[in-house]
Amino acid sequence: MNALGAVAAAVPEGLLPARSQMGFTLGVHIILVPLGVVFPLMMLIANYLGLRRDDADWLRLAERWSRVAAVTFAVGAVTGTVLSFEMGLLWPGMFERFGDVIGVPFALEGIFFFLEAILISIYLLGWRRMRPWAHFWIGVPIPIVGLCGAFTVVAANSWMNQPGGFTMDANGVVTDVDVWQVIFNDAVKYEFPHMYVAAFVAAGFLVASVYAVGMLKGRRDRYHRLGFLLPFTVAAIAIPLQMAVGDSTARAVFEDQPIKFAALELNWTTGPDKPEIILGHLNEDGTVSGGLRIPGLASWLSDPSTGRDTVVTGLDSVSSEDRPSTAAVNVIHLAWDTMIGMGTALCLLAAWFAWLMWRRRDRLATSTWFLRAAVAAPLAAYLAIESGWIVTEVGRQPWIVWQIMRTEEAVTTTDATVLWVMFSAIMVLYTGLAIGTVLVIRGLTRRWREQDEAAP
Amino acid sequence: MSAADGCLVVLWTAATLYAVLGGADFGAGFWDLVAGGEEAGRRPRALLDRALSPVWEANHVWLIFTVVVLWTAFPTAFSAIFTTLWIPLTLAALGVVVRGAGFAFRAASGTLGVRRVYGALFGIASLLTPFFLGAALGGIASERVPPGDASGDLLTSWANASGVVVGLLAVAACAFLAAVYMVTEAGHAGDPELERYFTTRALVAAAVTAALAIAGIVVLHEDAPYVGDRLTGEALPLVIVAAVLGVGAPVLLVRRHPAWARLLAAGSVAAVAWAWAVAQWPYLLPTRLTVDDAAGDPETLKWVLVIFVVAIVVVVPALVLLFTLAQRGRLEEGTPP
Repeated sequence: MNALGAVAAAVPEGLLPARSQMGFTLGVHIILVPLGVVFPLMMLIANYLGLRRDDADWLRLAERWSRVAAVTFAVGAVTGTVLSFEMGLLWPGMFERFGDVIGVPFALEGIFFFLEAILISIYLLGWRRMRPWAHFWIGVPIPIVGLCGAFTVVAANSWMNQPGGFTMDANGVVTDVDVWQVIFNDAVKYEFPHMYVAAFVAAGFLVASVYAVGMLKGRRDRYHRLGFLLPFTVAAIAIPLQMAVGDSTARAVFEDQPIKFAALELNWTTGPDKPEIILGHLNEDGTVSGGLRIPGLASWLSDPSTGRDTVVTGLDSVSSEDRPSTAAVNVIHLAWDTMIGMGTALCLLAAWFAWLMWRRRDRLATSTWFLRAAVAAPLAAYLAIESGWIVTEVGRQPWIVWQIMRTEEAVTTTDATVLWVMFSAIMVLYTGLAIGTVLVIRGLTRRWREQDEAAP
Repeated sequence: MSAADGCLVVLWTAATLYAVLGGADFGAGFWDLVAGGEEAGRRPRALLDRALSPVWEANHVWLIFTVVVLWTAFPTAFSAIFTTLWIPLTLAALGVVVRGAGFAFRAASGTLGVRRVYGALFGIASLLTPFFLGAALGGIASERVPPGDASGDLLTSWANASGVVVGLLAVAACAFLAAVYMVTEAGHAGDPELERYFTTRALVAAAVTAALAIAGIVVLHEDAPYVGDRLTGEALPLVIVAAVLGVGAPVLLVRRHPAWARLLAAGSVAAVAWAWAVAQWPYLLPTRLTVDDAAGDPETLKWVLVIFVVAIVVVVPALVLLFTLAQRGRLEEGTPP
């Protein structure tokens, strides 16, 4: 395996623009993913309640959510197309060797995505003329298909963290692909739940924030309260669950990828009784400046059964070319702290919500400070998701396929200047796409508001 | 037929569906672009807008699926194609983004002046994306994409006679498909004037597409001998089918059978795609890399075939449901009554 790694001499110049572009386009795509996964479920719950209780407010919410979901779904198809092209435009080396290993989950995802597209189309266009319950049942498979699609894509990514399901001969030729092992690799069982629950946190807080803004502007009618309550409840249930899932994910990374774990804990040497370091920063000589240290906590969290005696592998246990650079380690650690910080803050917000619901339900819609916090919540949630992906992706470096292929072996030979030009074009175009999407959704909401105000 | 050939069928089915379904979306962008000034183009644009609900950007799923199957079943060919044809494929990907952004802006912005700028962006991107995808195919057909990492010339591999003529053919075919589809849309909207409007355009587009197809065969004979010869050899029956359907579609339009014309138009584009595949066979990258040599692990190929069967079993009923409901008039834009 390491024979491949030894080829790496000078770092190709295209590596930085290629990684920057991949990070940027994935970072944008991941904003849309939670909406595609969670919106359909929330819209179906609203649809069900609306039909069951013959409630016009719930039905109005369900219908409008389905229209926004269709817009974000279409934008996701565009950014997804770019990602599929980038596999070849940026990382031909990886797909030349491992395309037939990692390809099947992606192909499955294509089928799920297409099924979702058809069903969303029917659901969207069926509001006016279809029989209401038939229309509802058409929508029911959408969240299930969305779950399967999300699972297969995360499976492909987690395979890069825990590659398996194939053998490689001395010449680096891949044989004996076992697709089940590729899909159900060691990392998917923690990567997938972590991402799936994150989708509920992010999409829930995002949708709720729209109605929180409305309530702060004085629109405190039942429609706004329901529009706030359903998604916020979804997110508030998901966030404590996510803290538990995240905790077990971290322990799994401690087992599976000790160097990634050392980077996120800022741990230089191997040993027991390692402190949890909050903020702070790693120097080239392995010392850590600044930050708040909680003695023994990193060891204890890694394996509570052995407590502070748990031995945590350090960054210096491998040579410098087999671990992330010092600068990268600092990025990973900061992203890690950000993710946990945001998660904790959102947990507190969920607790505040629970208290309000329990003791002061009548004042929920007028509690200005709570609503302000709810407006800020999606920023925190998305910051946490982006940080989480930085931890897992930068933390895997210098490997693109963990301990098997280096990122620099995978990168295209296209001239670095050309790659920078492409990246710049992508950034400009994505900015346009983002502004356009926001304008479209705002146009929809403005029209709806005018309708509501015109109605008796 | 080997498992690799089976995967080629899967790959090419997805590509054909992209051409037939996504192609019409690109074509609609083209007609939008050439619909003329503010006043003259107002009504056709309004109908195009209605036909082009943003949901249909989801048609790009077929393109994604094609790319995914290419790297899954034929990893070495994938890497050769995406390194040598880096420029046209990058431009096609950027075109997809510009299209999406232009679409969104146009739908959102109220003022006419702004709308026209984004409409133009949308139209130009709809023109360039199929052109570059076609040019990439022309490069492959003309034996200028050898196996290996960027082994072909980055520029001349696609910027040549074959690339240009196939690129233009792709643009024309998209415009043809869209015009034919729009006649039906105009019929549904109960607008006989626009029916005539798009019928005329469909006829012009059919003539241009036919001319480019003939030019294509001539150019490929010179520039891409393997594929060119076989288009008038082994693949000739499919070429004839494409020609018959391609002539039949406009005839049916004139005789006011737009729904049948639509089917024939789609069929003729599909027949061209399959004539191409037959002409290239047994090569994936003529005449350097065969389908069998390019194929990945046998286990993976088996999976691709299984997934395809499952997809047919699952996706086809969903599509049938979509079309049945549409036929029965159950699907319509708008809020519940």
